[in-house]
Amino acid sequence: MSVAGLGPLLRFALRRDRIMLACWIYALLASVIGTAVSFRSLYPSASSREQLAASINDNGSLRALYGAVYDTGSVGALTAWRILGLGGLLLGLLCVLLVTRHTRAEEESGRLELLGAGAIGRGAPLAAGIGTALTASAVVGVVTAGFLAASGEQPGGSLAFGAALFGCGVCFSGVAAVAVQLTETARAANGIGGAVLGLAYLLRAAGDAAGSTGPGWLVWLSPLGWVERVRPYADNAWWLVALLLVAGVVQTGVGHWLAGRRDLGGGLLPQRPGPATGAGSLRSALGLAWRLQRGSLIGWTVGFAIGGALLGGISKGVDQLVSSSANVEQIVQRMGGSTQVTDAYLATAMNLLAMVAAVYAVQTALRLRGEETSGRAEPVLAAGVRRLAWAGGHLVFPLLGSAVLLLAGGLTAGLGAGVVFGDVPGWTGRLLVGGLVQLPAVWVFAAVTVALFGLVPQWTGAAWGVLGVLLFIAYLGPALNAGQWLLDLTPFTHVPKLPGAAFHAAPLLWLTLLSALLTGAGLAGLRRRDMG
Amino acid sequence: MTTAIDVSGLVKTFGRTRALDGLELSVAQGEVHGFLGPNGAGKSTTIRVLLGLIRADAGRVSLLGGDPWRDSVALHRRLAYVPGDVTLWRGLTGGEVIDLLGRLRGNGADRARRAELLERFELDPTKKGQTYSKGNRQKVALVAAFCSDVELLILDEPTSGLDPLMEEVFRACVEEERDRGRTVLLSSHILSEVEALCDRVSIIRAGRTVETGTLAQLRHLTRTSVVAELAAPPTGLDALPGLHDVELHGTTLRCQVDTDHLDPLLRTLTTAGVRSLTSRPPTLEELFLRHYEPESPEVVS
Repeated sequence: MSVAGLGPLLRFALRRDRIMLACWIYALLASVIGTAVSFRSLYPSASSREQLAASINDNGSLRALYGAVYDTGSVGALTAWRILGLGGLLLGLLCVLLVTRHTRAEEESGRLELLGAGAIGRGAPLAAGIGTALTASAVVGVVTAGFLAASGEQPGGSLAFGAALFGCGVCFSGVAAVAVQLTETARAANGIGGAVLGLAYLLRAAGDAAGSTGPGWLVWLSPLGWVERVRPYADNAWWLVALLLVAGVVQTGVGHWLAGRRDLGGGLLPQRPGPATGAGSLRSALGLAWRLQRGSLIGWTVGFAIGGALLGGISKGVDQLVSSSANVEQIVQRMGGSTQVTDAYLATAMNLLAMVAAVYAVQTALRLRGEETSGRAEPVLAAGVRRLAWAGGHLVFPLLGSAVLLLAGGLTAGLGAGVVFGDVPGWTGRLLVGGLVQLPAVWVFAAVTVALFGLVPQWTGAAWGVLGVLLFIAYLGPALNAGQWLLDLTPFTHVPKLPGAAFHAAPLLWLTLLSALLTGAGLAGLRRRDMG
Repeated sequence: MTTAIDVSGLVKTFGRTRALDGLELSVAQGEVHGFLGPNGAGKSTTIRVLLGLIRADAGRVSLLGGDPWRDSVALHRRLAYVPGDVTLWRGLTGGEVIDLLGRLRGNGADRARRAELLERFELDPTKKGQTYSKGNRQKVALVAAFCSDVELLILDEPTSGLDPLMEEVFRACVEEERDRGRTVLLSSHILSEVEALCDRVSIIRAGRTVETGTLAQLRHLTRTSVVAELAAPPTGLDALPGLHDVELHGTTLRCQVDTDHLDPLLRTLTTAGVRSLTSRPPTLEELFLRHYEPESPEVVS
């Protein structure tokens, strides 16, 4: 298949993306180089690095996050341990987005048709998309290797570090090259690419968490595992870099081959026609909201179930890690509110789940504003639906959907902790309660969004700002020794820290009342104001 | 004659912009009423007031005998609305949207009528919202409106994006609605459409009604184009009142004449001897242009 016209197409793509590429590359390089610089001052001596390695490698949960520390001989190796996997993940994401953007997204919008009518070979757009992604990967790889070598790290290891990043970019560009042939929309292609990345990350994390005692081989199923096992400055496993490159090239070849066997605009996975008539449930504002939001609720629930299981499953051994550092113990207890480290850890985990649930609550409550500004609310409101019924249909999700998420997370965390401690019914019950008590705190965020939406609609987006600031305080406040008055600003501070701490109903009632007042004010405003 | 829509002195301001400035609109039951004006004249704002989506600052608004802000839900069950720019939900098919809108109103769609309209508009109801073109999104809203059992149809520039064949189908549907005794408010800037369909017309500019009446009444206020082939050059044209844009080449005369001054012109022409004569009433196009051209003193030539 011809790639005629690749040159101009590639130049055009790079020019179009110059700002976005510069930002991504800067952020990637800043995180790699920043880690290298800070590790040089934090762990200057071999003994300090060994101490860190010992505390990390003993702990399954930290190995799941970062992998095992494989070499304490140099700051370079420590940097590679800490950032290579994450850098590879982000570079892989960038490559998926870039390839999709220049192939399927162009095709979907019809712009490619305009180009395709010119002197452009059928294979050229895919080649240009891959070319853009490879250019970005090469810049990241070369600058990283150059910086590390220039700052005094061993040149061979630095080269392997950069090459591993580049290889990761090549591999995931290949994933995207296949994904964009399968679907008709760029969104779905990005979804497939993102799912492959997520799966690769999970396999790597599960394998590393299992370590030598469990199914550690899972790591080898994941390209992100290969990146990690290159182990620059220690093994310099060039054959794994080659494996990444081969995987990328083979997938790109498959993508190219598939592209020659389908119509422009068509996908290999057929676009299924939907129902010609509305199902019986699609007859009210609530039915419509359910239809629009159920997919996202199911996705979030699955995410919470997986997250809960991970957080619960690694709760054994947490006390050993924490007690080795008095400072960390103090932070966890401040957040978790118990002197029992395991209880405090699990209460903190429930708190984390609630913070994520607050993101869901704000996002789903903002759907109201999205429906209004897009004009989709208008035909519904002009068809005999009361404003409050319309809003109520959508608000089921921030108010009750977030309860579903907390219950799912609490349930699987309880099952996970129950399995490792050998008391499934006990832990499941404790953590279901631990999850559910967070609900009034999550409601406050939904209620703030509704109040903004009803009273100052053009400022509805500020709900993200409120969420960001309060989450920042809740998440980092305890670690930064923030004053109690500051911590008191966030609803999460007032929730009973279960399991472990005593249960008090009063703060829950206050938070519920506050949510009710804010929601009521927002809905009263909505009834009186102009729409649109 | 009962009125379906009665609006007087309607004012709506957005910040410092006065979108509606004393607008008048009266639509009789059973008529197709054209609502004409250039972009930004206030057509959509008026419709949004009629639908109770926004609240009027001043003026009296009555819709099907009720107050559109206070009684919105009860009134909405008796009307159907097609917005000018239809956006659909991703993931919902056209067929689902049609059924949903009918059911929300509480009087579901007539299945036979729905199937007939889908066929006439050549609309595939199984496609998802994001895959429809602009014209097809418009058709989804039109089918939903035409297959609902309501007294009043409010159509806001409903044919934007439709091809000429589909515009024909649309016109036929509006005529059927009129025959069934329904009231239609048709906002448009496509003049031929209004000319073909509407019993009465209101023309608005900058939030005010500048003309309202039947097309015949409006034409009365305007000029007739006359082209005449004469036996001899006419004399005394200069003395005639209400004559505009006169072009005289030998014995061929082209001019425009105010309709109430047609008679003296014809007398002058027959004196000179008429070989051929074409006169035609002004199109809505010409009528429309006169209302929106910058107000400058006319020079009688």
